Amino acid sequence: MMRALLPMPRVSLMVFVLWAVITNAASLGLLVLGALLAIVIPLLSRDFWPDPPPLLHPWRGLRFLGLFALDIVTANWRVARQIVGPLHRLSPAFVEVPLDLRDPFIATLLGSVVSLTPGTVSIHVDQQRWVLLVHALDAPDPQALIGEIKERYERALKEIFAC
Amino acid sequence: MSTATEFIISALIVLGALFVLLGSVGLARLPDFFMRLHGPTKATTMGVGATLLASAIYFSVQDSEGVSLHELAPLFFLFITAPVTAHLLAKAALHRKSSGRSSGQPAPASEHPPGQH
Repeated sequence: MMRALLPMPRVSLMVFVLWAVITNAASLGLLVLGALLAIVIPLLSRDFWPDPPPLLHPWRGLRFLGLFALDIVTANWRVARQIVGPLHRLSPAFVEVPLDLRDPFIATLLGSVVSLTPGTVSIHVDQQRWVLLVHALDAPDPQALIGEIKERYERALKEIFAC
Repeated sequence: MSTATEFIISALIVLGALFVLLGSVGLARLPDFFMRLHGPTKATTMGVGATLLASAIYFSVQDSEGVSLHELAPLFFLFITAPVTAHLLAKAALHRKSSGRSSGQPAPASEHPPGQH
């Protein structure tokens, strides 16, 4: 019964929280409407969703979000200085990051995280060789960048999701 | 609203505007396509982030109706969609063999069999 009504509990929760946030949870009626949407939208869009691996450590996920926000701020300062400073000192590079994870959804998540951190944009996820192609604005040492992405983000994502 | 909150809110707005400006400066100054991709990521993350945070604080403090959280929604959607834009732009540029001074540019994606992304 529960399974038929809520085939994807995490998507339902996300829809409900988003609805509450958008409407500022102003009244009980709006929350009931949100609950209805949280049931109807996943049922209608069920076939389009990927099958993400189980979320093992939600709290570690929150800590990861905090680390990610902090990284965005520090990387922003660095890239801001690079943009204003002399451009000929930059050494832009394409870097291939070999991945240890083997899940398309988590690989996409990692690619998004890399893109949102200024200074790096993910270009391609090769699912045959499991390599993430990244373009970096300034990477004099590609190995260091590979290590950073794997250490900071990939390992954390692998721990949070079981994959 | 106290002076301290007003100060924090204005600082956040100026900071956000500064990063949107810096993103545009990057777009104009950087020499080739792949380097230019890095400008807008800053505008979306820090620029919009700081501005929306300022908005959330302002409307939480001003109205007595409680915290205002709906600023989180555009931030959330932007964080989902911005990497997709950058990804598609970069792939199109690789496909068209845009060149620049970046080292280690791979072969265009067209060499991969179609349907494998």
